[in-house]
Amino acid sequence: MRFTLNGKRTRVDVHPLARLLDVLREELHLTGTKEGCGEGECGACTVLIDGHPVNACLVPAAHAEGAEVTTIEGLRAHPLQHAFVEHGGAQCGICTPGMILAAVALGPKPSRKAMQAGLAGNLCRCTGYSAIYRSIEKARPARKRKRR
Amino acid sequence: MGRRGAVGSNVLRKDGAGKVNGRALYLDDLSFPGMLHARTIRSTIPAGTITRVTPRVATREFIVVDHRDIPGRNVVALIDDDQPCLAEKRIRHVAEPILVLAHEDRETLLGATVDIEYRQTTPNYDPLRSDVTFKQIAIDKGHVADGFARADLIVDGEYRTRHQEQLYIEPNGVIAVPDGHGGVIVYGSLQCPYYVHRALKVLLGLPDERVRVIQTETGGGFGGKEEYPSMIAGHAALAAIKSGRPVKLVYDRVEDMLATTKRHPSIVRHRTGVTKDGRLTAIEIDATFDGGAYATLSAVVLSRGLIHASGPYRCDHVKIRGRATMTNTPPNGAFRGFGAPQTQFAAEVHMDRIADALGIDPVRLRELNAFRPGDITATGQTLGKDCSALTVLREAVKRTDFRKRRKALKGTGRGIGLALFFHGSGFTGSGEVKLASRATLQLTERGARILVGSTEIGQGTRTMLAQIVADTLGVSYDAVDVNDADTGVVPDSGPTVASRTCLIVGRLLQRAAAEMRERLGDLSPSQYLKKHGPLVVTTQYEKPEKVSWDDTTYRGDAYESYGWGCDVAEVQIDPVTSQAIPVAFTTVHEIGRAIHPGLARGQIEGGSAQGIGWALLEEVVIRDGRMVNSSLTNYIIPTTLDTPPIEVQIVDNPYPQGPFGAKGVGEMPIDGPAPAIINAIRHAGVDIREIPASPERIQACASR
Ligand code: FES
Ligand code: FES
Repeated sequence: MRFTLNGKRTRVDVHPLARLLDVLREELHLTGTKEGCGEGECGACTVLIDGHPVNACLVPAAHAEGAEVTTIEGLRAHPLQHAFVEHGGAQCGICTPGMILAAVALGPKPSRKAMQAGLAGNLCRCTGYSAIYRSIEKARPARKRKRR
Repeated sequence: MGRRGAVGSNVLRKDGAGKVNGRALYLDDLSFPGMLHARTIRSTIPAGTITRVTPRVATREFIVVDHRDIPGRNVVALIDDDQPCLAEKRIRHVAEPILVLAHEDRETLLGATVDIEYRQTTPNYDPLRSDVTFKQIAIDKGHVADGFARADLIVDGEYRTRHQEQLYIEPNGVIAVPDGHGGVIVYGSLQCPYYVHRALKVLLGLPDERVRVIQTETGGGFGGKEEYPSMIAGHAALAAIKSGRPVKLVYDRVEDMLATTKRHPSIVRHRTGVTKDGRLTAIEIDATFDGGAYATLSAVVLSRGLIHASGPYRCDHVKIRGRATMTNTPPNGAFRGFGAPQTQFAAEVHMDRIADALGIDPVRLRELNAFRPGDITATGQTLGKDCSALTVLREAVKRTDFRKRRKALKGTGRGIGLALFFHGSGFTGSGEVKLASRATLQLTERGARILVGSTEIGQGTRTMLAQIVADTLGVSYDAVDVNDADTGVVPDSGPTVASRTCLIVGRLLQRAAAEMRERLGDLSPSQYLKKHGPLVVTTQYEKPEKVSWDDTTYRGDAYESYGWGCDVAEVQIDPVTSQAIPVAFTTVHEIGRAIHPGLARGQIEGGSAQGIGWALLEEVVIRDGRMVNSSLTNYIIPTTLDTPPIEVQIVDNPYPQGPFGAKGVGEMPIDGPAPAIINAIRHAGVDIREIPASPERIQACASR
């Protein structure tokens, strides 16, 4: 199959029904995408397909054919990444790659309600979510952050 | 010096960058050349004996390991050594490990079948009717008969809590690699590398240096990776030794939930004497913990549970009895709070029932009886100035405008409740003396490297310890680095459990850094290295002078210090579905002093959310000894939609013997949410005494 992975055109030979998660982790050695349940419940495996968050443990590889796939390795110094370190959004870190990608998909300046709804499929057992909301809120443009 | 100290500020966590860019390596992210995958074959019955085991696999392709492959003793060495690593004949619970299969190809491995025949015996699931008692403990202060004689009113009650799954998002996993000299190197997602080290030595009959355990980045533990990894490491190590190849053993979510330890269910009975004006005259408590099929850590879970059982309250006459018994369910074990959440749930719900019975305000009742400095606990410990029960209570009441809110909500279908609680830092009783933990500091060109067996499992160990060392040594936080928890390199600093890492290991490192600073004199680290060569300082636990404990009488200073907390929860009961929805949550914690306020707040928020889940959502359904909802689809933990906003207030009261005034924080946040929520539900008109307070239970109680 061919797809664009983190901005790079990529080709791999896999069974079309192989889980996208396994293709990323085992064929392409991008282990930043995590497996927490393998049944679409935890969101640790969240990646973006054409900008939309999906559970890579449920999605067959064929689904990504021709699409643009973004994993955590594809973010380069995204403001959310630093904010998750600075404001406690990442503790054990296992939910973090999926959580950050789901947060990217929320777009800029999401409301609390939008965050709650948009992250409802991403479980975090460490933070109680509060620090994740704070991280997302504080990730707004650096200029503004300084003035506050 | 002019440098702002690291302690007390929110420095960037040491492990932050790797976690947000996907480069942090967790166990399942590792792979070794020639590596096999392993899988555990488990019992399907709760009690009986194995009569025949027939693997239906091509034996030349597969590695098949059973108990006969164990070179040392067939036990998971811990306290009682009653649990086999691989069952020989006797089966005591569903999902008990019998065989380990290993194969290169995961799909082939998953397809393999093993026929096991059994002779079944009658299982027992009732902890109150068990004929095996793992441990019983008695705590006495004064004479309860005298106390009851002085009471105007006696209030009885029984309270129950159930299993809770730790549900770290990274399932358990290890990789065992033969070291080429008959030993093994084990990588794993785990909390206590030296627990695994010791268990493997016993199982494999190997000397210290032939077993090396290295913690990999760990995706949450909460106690669930305290003792169970010793079992998994044993299985992988046996397969690695037999095959001569690296072996990876990673659980999927279902297996992790089905087979590994959970929080002990509890049945706690209270009988309390109280005067008309609300003073406690006698407290009598009887607690039973369901230990599951093997002893694991039940004895010490029970111990912590009972010491906290009478709550943070003064009373001259206290009698506490408790036991952990065996049932034919998978063994229960460590989970954040370690028995104290169960007993303090009972104590705090009971306090509200006493207040109701007396017709007085629940805050007033607690104010009258809360521990003050100078008061004496049930084990005879005199509390010092580090006792802040009243402070946190008053602060929580003030911040939530509790009394006014309580009046305003009366009869609205909404309720507000509170819980006051405490939590001892460090191992119970003489535990720390026996552990005799060590910590090492090594001088580097820029500053120092920390070598400890304490693990980072998300709570911030690396960061917090580095802050303590930086300020004591007088170098910048960035100049301190932290070695991996690798038993080949670091000393045994004791397990990463029991809210002990900051207080105990932090203090060891503080001493080491102070000594190093002295040795440096006026020299910078690099000047010193050039002039004198390497400098390594190791410190070992020394008991604070004032602390004493007697294991035989169970009297003395159960913990050198306690943290104090008060939670206030507001709950809305849906009139149609009977679901209790937490709408607001406030928690006040006194933890001495926060080394890293952001991390401490993270512990408090996360622990509170976990407690809210235990109170309302998380139910392990066991049928015929088997967990039937062993998946995230039907074992529900709080999502963003189930978690109310959590307001956190940290109150300072520096503990003089703690590093920079700090005590422990990891466990205490889970003590308060359940009773606060149940008290809120009671305030909304439903008298419920068992958690989780599911819609079914609320309905049943409401129609009583
Ligand atoms: S691993 Fe995909 S949702 Fe949990
Ligand atoms: S940080 Fe541990 S699960 Fe979210």
